[in-house]
Amino acid sequence: MLQVIRYVISLLVFSLWAMAANAAAIDDYVFETPEQQSRFIRLTTELRCPQCQNQSIADSNATISEDLRREVYRLIDEGREDQDIIRFMQERYGDFVLYKPRLNAQTLLLWFGPLFLLILALGVLAVIVKRHRKTAQSSVLDTAEQDELDNILDGKQ
Amino acid sequence: MKKWTLVPLVLFLVLSLLFYRALFRENKNDLPSALLNRPLPEFQLPAVLNPERLITAKEITGQVFLLNVWGSWCVACRVEHPYLMELADQGVTIYGVNYKDEQADARQWLKQKDDPYVLSVADVDGRLGIDLGVYGAPETFLVDQQGMIRYKHIGIVDKRVWEEDLKPRYQALQKESG
Repeated sequence: MLQVIRYVISLLVFSLWAMAANAAAIDDYVFETPEQQSRFIRLTTELRCPQCQNQSIADSNATISEDLRREVYRLIDEGREDQDIIRFMQERYGDFVLYKPRLNAQTLLLWFGPLFLLILALGVLAVIVKRHRKTAQSSVLDTAEQDELDNILDGKQ
Repeated sequence: MKKWTLVPLVLFLVLSLLFYRALFRENKNDLPSALLNRPLPEFQLPAVLNPERLITAKEITGQVFLLNVWGSWCVACRVEHPYLMELADQGVTIYGVNYKDEQADARQWLKQKDDPYVLSVADVDGRLGIDLGVYGAPETFLVDQQGMIRYKHIGIVDKRVWEEDLKPRYQALQKESG
């Protein structure tokens, strides 16, 4: 029993260690204020690594991400605003570096295309259902026919 | 069944086609350059073969040229090198940005392999690379006489890339500048 407990504890410790090792690349940047540090963390998770395509520069170990993290640190250190830093990256790497695409004429379809399609589909569905109801209602029997049917079912004919 | 109920289906097919094309297009990992039709970023960097001499963007502006980002650590650059030599022999003007490289290695590369560049600048910490929006090597920019970036090719420049993409633009720009 004791061995099992020991085993479980060591497994827990190991998995915690593995999780920590898996955490984002942490550089040894020293910030003047905690607020600067949290800005650094937020900005680097909002910027996409241009080389790896599916990681933020905070997550990626690619050299370019290291360099871009260094730039973000430098810009924060110089007292630049967040918007400024984002623009700095955009001017060099284009809209691709933004994980959240901006809302402009080019990205309108990207933002609202699916919603538009959904509304369209629902509209079409509504119309189809409406029509179907009409045709279904017209196939309801009138009283005379209903009587006849009852008679048939009762085996009176 | 009215005709217009087919609209969603048609829309879906159009979208699918767009996605399909995007998914299977060539070089889908190449990012379009954010610097197209923008001036070459300012820099002041030592020349690789003559570190005493500081080179600026202004200094190399005034002619149509290729700006090739390379490093001795970069395997693809090794593949590209002989073709750059060919282009240089044909009289194409090529400047180099030696990107994040050990300077001793870079100098050795140029001496052993030959040097296709008018000169290379040493971008040791990659700052110029970032200003250029570079995220690897090799990358090649086409710069016009006014120092504007007019085209960018990501990856190896070979005969096909030169003949199809770079040469027509290079020659058109040369004509433009008389």
